[in-house]
Amino acid sequence: MYRWLLRLYPASFRNEYGREMATAFARERRDTRTALGMAALWLRVIADTCVNAAGIHWDILRQDLRYTLRTLRRTPAFALTAVTVVALGIGATTAAFSLADFVLIRPLPFPEADRLVRFSEERPGFPRMELAPSNYRDLKQMATSFEALGAYRGLSVNLVGARQPLRLQGAAMTADVLAALAVRPMMGRPFTAADDVAGAPATALVSYALWQQEFGGDASIVGRPVRLDGEVYTVIGVMPRDFNFPSRGAQLWTAMRFVPADFVDRNNNYLQGIARLRRDVSVDAARTEMSMLAGRLQQPYPKENEQTGVSVIRLRDGVSQQSRTLLVALFGAAVCVLLIACANLTNLLLARAIVRRREMAVRIALGAGRERVLRQLLTESLVVTGAGGVLGLALAAATLPILSRLVPTALPIAETPSMDVRVVGFAMALTMVTGVAFGIVPLLQHHRDRASEGLREGARSGGSGREGMRGALVVAEITASVVLLVMCGLLLRALWTIQAIDPGFRLEHTLTARTSLPMPKYETLGARTGFYDGVLSEIRALRGVSSAAYISFLPLGDMRGGIFPVGISGHVESRREDNVAFLRYVTPGFFQTLGIPILQGRDVRDADHLDGPPVAIVSASFVTQFLPGQEALGRRFNFAAANREIVGVVADVKMRGLTRVSEPQVYIPHRQLPDRTYEWFAPKDLAVRATGDPLALVSAVRAIVQRADAEVPLSDIQTLEQLVDGDLASRVTQLRVLGAFAGVALVLGGIGIHGLLAFAVSARVREIGIRMALGARRADVVAMIAKRSLSLSAVGVGAGIVLAYTSGRWLQSLLVGVSPADGMAFAVAAALAAATAIAGSLRPALRAARVDPVTVIRLE
Amino acid sequence: MRERNPNADAIMAMLPLLPATFHILVALADEDRHGYAIIQDVAARTDGSIRLSPGTLYRSIQRMLEDGLIVETDERPSPEDDDERRRYYRLTTLGTAVAKAEAARLMDLVRMARARGLAPRKV
Repeated sequence: MYRWLLRLYPASFRNEYGREMATAFARERRDTRTALGMAALWLRVIADTCVNAAGIHWDILRQDLRYTLRTLRRTPAFALTAVTVVALGIGATTAAFSLADFVLIRPLPFPEADRLVRFSEERPGFPRMELAPSNYRDLKQMATSFEALGAYRGLSVNLVGARQPLRLQGAAMTADVLAALAVRPMMGRPFTAADDVAGAPATALVSYALWQQEFGGDASIVGRPVRLDGEVYTVIGVMPRDFNFPSRGAQLWTAMRFVPADFVDRNNNYLQGIARLRRDVSVDAARTEMSMLAGRLQQPYPKENEQTGVSVIRLRDGVSQQSRTLLVALFGAAVCVLLIACANLTNLLLARAIVRRREMAVRIALGAGRERVLRQLLTESLVVTGAGGVLGLALAAATLPILSRLVPTALPIAETPSMDVRVVGFAMALTMVTGVAFGIVPLLQHHRDRASEGLREGARSGGSGREGMRGALVVAEITASVVLLVMCGLLLRALWTIQAIDPGFRLEHTLTARTSLPMPKYETLGARTGFYDGVLSEIRALRGVSSAAYISFLPLGDMRGGIFPVGISGHVESRREDNVAFLRYVTPGFFQTLGIPILQGRDVRDADHLDGPPVAIVSASFVTQFLPGQEALGRRFNFAAANREIVGVVADVKMRGLTRVSEPQVYIPHRQLPDRTYEWFAPKDLAVRATGDPLALVSAVRAIVQRADAEVPLSDIQTLEQLVDGDLASRVTQLRVLGAFAGVALVLGGIGIHGLLAFAVSARVREIGIRMALGARRADVVAMIAKRSLSLSAVGVGAGIVLAYTSGRWLQSLLVGVSPADGMAFAVAAALAAATAIAGSLRPALRAARVDPVTVIRLE
Repeated sequence: MRERNPNADAIMAMLPLLPATFHILVALADEDRHGYAIIQDVAARTDGSIRLSPGTLYRSIQRMLEDGLIVETDERPSPEDDDERRRYYRLTTLGTAVAKAEAARLMDLVRMARARGLAPRKV
């Protein structure tokens, strides 16, 4: 029993005094007569052991720390390199982990978020399509799997306040949405079923940020009226600061008020469904129930609901596969950097261990005990990695805001990943593991040497067997940096490929902006036409403007349009994967402004009016898909509630992303958009082609819009080039981050090879001197070093190429057609790695060449 | 007055001593002792009110060895009850000096307390 207690003491102390302590304890026990006395003795001994064992451990730690700090101060170059290496490794990994954790792992910021699901309609080719209000209503009535089930739609309205009118984003939602999310306003009340009723007073909730910025954080906001799109709403509350639903940056929520007309068309899909599962229902069970209900809805509505199912996914799983791949790739790259850093650290510690072999041997010979030496080495390694870990954590915290661009906007989470206890814990655990695992390596070395050998050999020999291991580590570093470089190269090629894609319109000298027309003020064609004609004629009259026009949604913008089935036979068809086209309304001159060629027929005209025959201009891909090999002009088709005649064919443009195909488009004259119909499609995106700098026109355009209607905000002002760049932003960030990782890896690899060779040279000074005395030329010596460096890098590059090829295939979804075996990426990566190896070996080689044989031999 | 020796500063830096350390120094003042004998001596001198535990004893001994206050000795003072495995400890010159310095420090304190009537005039 007492011997077991003795185990709490450090081994060195136990070996020294354990036996005597046991003897002393045995005597005490012998002197104790009563049972009570015995119990008291045991209690005393246990307390005594705990206090003293901890004390002795602490004494040793203090000693070791003092010794460590002294030795590190004596070798600042080593200390600095080691700490930097660890900081880079831990920093990269921690940053990547916080990002991946934030986006993929951490529960969404709602109570019991794993019970939240998104549901939508599912049709062939459209796995997640919005719900039609009538289908939503019917599903809600029948479903039993959910505690709460609601629907919402994106909302973008104009807030007219004291200052300039403001464009706000948010959502219109049924009362059940907040119930499902289990979130309450921080002030005021949530929506209730009474707010959802048609004709109920209009109510709105505002975001914390909007409340602070526009209302100065005034607590009396609850109950105050605000004007949204010309209608008066009452603010009923302020949402909590971290409420980012349905997506980041939502500013305002209104109650969804259905009117009976909303339930007529089962093909008018615009609702998103969200629900909270009942505690005893799994996602799979809910999915089964919803599919069954969808099947039941097909019977009364065979045409509208043809092949319509319901998809149910966890809210958490709303991250696209591409974002997922990207994050995992990033994390993989970070782990690569960490491994390189660890290999480097091991190499540094090994080199140091070899140099200090004599010191260690002396200490062991003096009776320090292996255990004490091990402890000393571990302390040293932990001090170095600890300092590196703290620095790395700071590094990660500093880089997180840059990484925020990689957070998908579609998730209901904040923009910048926050570090929480788990991330800090992760970094600390990583640091500990690195410190312990790699601190022990030099000791394994000691175990192989016997103390006496160390003394006899002195510090001269480098231990050629160890050099094999160190060489292998350098090879591993080069391999990993080649892999990272190839990844970067591939992604860079992919970016170039995308940048080279012709969007189908001219980017230069074009200003774009959005003027969202408030409804119902502009629900009539007359009101809209007045606005467009006034604004466009004034803009066209500006100096430096060659043309200007409006469209519902600009290509590659944030709104990607709506789809309708095309009835080429002239009849209404239900929506299928292969019979839909995108709808956009345009003003005359749009194609000219964006430089989209009109291939056949004509542009829209002012004369294309509601009283005239409905006309349409279609894209080349429309003709290819629906009228292959036929004359398109003059053909009629059913689309968006009318039979329309094709009067023109225009070239294809990229609408939903540079890497996507150009889907069939239908452009309709804006004067053929009837009153109170498809209001969402009313043209709101302005494009102005300038003869010079488009941004120079901003203030003039702003003044014109304000004169036309002071309540219409001018938002999203940017050049067409900026708009298209936005499409590439996350890709560019991703490349920069990966590039930074590859750069770090390359530098670490260079440090590694330099350290290895520098050490080899200093260990072999004597041998080199003798060789030179025997007639070797300096060139031979340099060649000897270079050969070593080149053979190491050759092996590393070779292995790197094989690995990169394997992992590149896995990245394929991000590569937009660039082959994962892209020769250029591989060649450049290999060349860079080789160049780094050569650069790293330059100094050691020169040093070897400068060895003076006379001095060396005299020293002998 | 205390005599000043060349290591006065080093000695003063060690003061005040932990009670256990001082007791061990006192225990070794008249003869070399092994660990258990030290425990017994301290207990006897304090009428059993202070009983060093093995942990405290050996932790103190280790520190005192490192600080050079005591040394291990090979001589066996009383061969008849000696145990081969036992280690004996002896005061060093430094140890003696430190013990004296601590005693002087304590006496100074007592004198000050006495001057203000906090301690009896003479025992």
